[in-house]
Amino acid sequence: MTDAPALSVTKLSHAYGARKALDDVSFSLERGSFAVLLGLNGAGKSTLFSLVTGLYSAGFGRVDIFGFDVAKQPGEALRRLGVVFQARTLDLELSVTQNLLYHAALHGIGPLEGKRLARESLERAGLADRASDKARDLSGGQMRRVEIARALLHAPKLLLLDEPTVGLDIKARADILAHVRELVRREGLAVLWTTHLIDEIEPGDRVIVLHRGKMLANGTAAEIVRAQGVATIGEAFEGLTAEAIPSPRARGEG
Amino acid sequence: MTTAPAPHPGPLPASGEREQARAFTSAQYAICLGGIVWREALRFLHQRERFVSALVRPLVWLFIFAAGFRSVLGVSIIPPYDTYVLYEVYITPGLMAMIQLFNGMQSSLSMVYDREMGNMRTLLVSPFPRWFLLGSKLFAGVAVSVLQVYAYLIVAYFWDIEPPTKWGYLTVLPALALSGLMLGALGMLLSSLIKQLENFAGVMNFVIFPMFFASSALYPLWRVKESGPWLYYFCALNPFTHAVELIRFAFYEHISWESLAAVVIYASLFLIAALRAYDPAKGLLTRKGG
Repeated sequence: MTDAPALSVTKLSHAYGARKALDDVSFSLERGSFAVLLGLNGAGKSTLFSLVTGLYSAGFGRVDIFGFDVAKQPGEALRRLGVVFQARTLDLELSVTQNLLYHAALHGIGPLEGKRLARESLERAGLADRASDKARDLSGGQMRRVEIARALLHAPKLLLLDEPTVGLDIKARADILAHVRELVRREGLAVLWTTHLIDEIEPGDRVIVLHRGKMLANGTAAEIVRAQGVATIGEAFEGLTAEAIPSPRARGEG
Repeated sequence: MTTAPAPHPGPLPASGEREQARAFTSAQYAICLGGIVWREALRFLHQRERFVSALVRPLVWLFIFAAGFRSVLGVSIIPPYDTYVLYEVYITPGLMAMIQLFNGMQSSLSMVYDREMGNMRTLLVSPFPRWFLLGSKLFAGVAVSVLQVYAYLIVAYFWDIEPPTKWGYLTVLPALALSGLMLGALGMLLSSLIKQLENFAGVMNFVIFPMFFASSALYPLWRVKESGPWLYYFCALNPFTHAVELIRFAFYEHISWESLAAVVIYASLFLIAALRAYDPAKGLLTRKGG
């Protein structure tokens, strides 16, 4: 277990009835590193997300977070994990701080310590002045930042974000991305960033390409571009997904 | 607004350091339970209409339905009553259980809503064991439903509906806790079975109405027996009948052992099924594609 990677996914497969949503996916994410999980809608990203967060167990394979098997020791795995879901999950009627205190309680952190951590984490997100506002009154981008602050409240060393920029305008998208990259650089956080947006990828980023449940590539964006013999990651992605054998059963899954 | 770097709140182990498993203490369990109850309470306070409608619904039954039917429906002397009772008095335990039934279904509705909106995920990624998280949520719901029942009893008191002695208000509490638990667990089970919010109208039709009308809430079961044996058997097996009878007897400082046993058994069954439905390995969540 010594020096276990932040996230390790081993031979993960999952099916909904006859439909295979994930097929033999393996990759790992080192401590303090940033990786993009790239795939179209229906690629299996949401399924992977559900399995990593222990919402339900995989049909086959395993997921470890810092060496703890999500299926066998979910508590130990989940307390080291911060998650930002694609859907907005703040309680809109509650204040920003109340939302964070609820999260703190769900991690066994009492109100006193919770308030201190909430203040710190809002400061890091640049939202200290909105602490007592109702979540409903925040903009979409601010809500996302609060959700990131909330996910980091219990100081996990691995952060998962499921399409965090969906529904945001260009400015807010860039802000969120820059904020998360900064957290990786400054605090040694390991981040798995899920997206279907090519333009969020930088050449040095580690990219895992998922398509119809299968992992098609795993390397830095520059490496993938080189291996495909094209000019951009967008072209590389198109090339990879075109090569994949089309499945007649494939359909959107969200 | 400041964007100055703040220190990371927790110590990051150096790379290579072995991760230690750390179990939660009982104080942390208490904090988690407290947090879940606190959130339910805040949400309840923010939904004033919900409280008002929870209070008005049984009062409409009491003031209009019961007043209209008191002359039509005679109730003979049956335990726990020693004398003839007014129809309003007869249906009060049924209305208390109705408050809890609606509350259980309301929780179910909000769990489906939470799941669709993703809030349920926030709860389920908590590192505490899932049975504890769901149990805490259930506990919070029962506490809210018991408060609603007492609010109703205060109004009913001014309508001259009260237990034979004031002790009845106390002895009914454990009965309310048990029936609330049973109906809340049923709601939780249903929430795992309902795929989408739109299907909730079906729950109204196929759960709330049959449970309420085919029970001893509005008429004693011996009257139902006269109408036909099958309906009687259905009513006698209906968990809601036993919730009503448990409350009715407890309000009169008696225990209906039969109903107590039935409520405990039904509550356990619903609870086990609900926990199973939300169990990551066996769960029904798996089939929905998350």
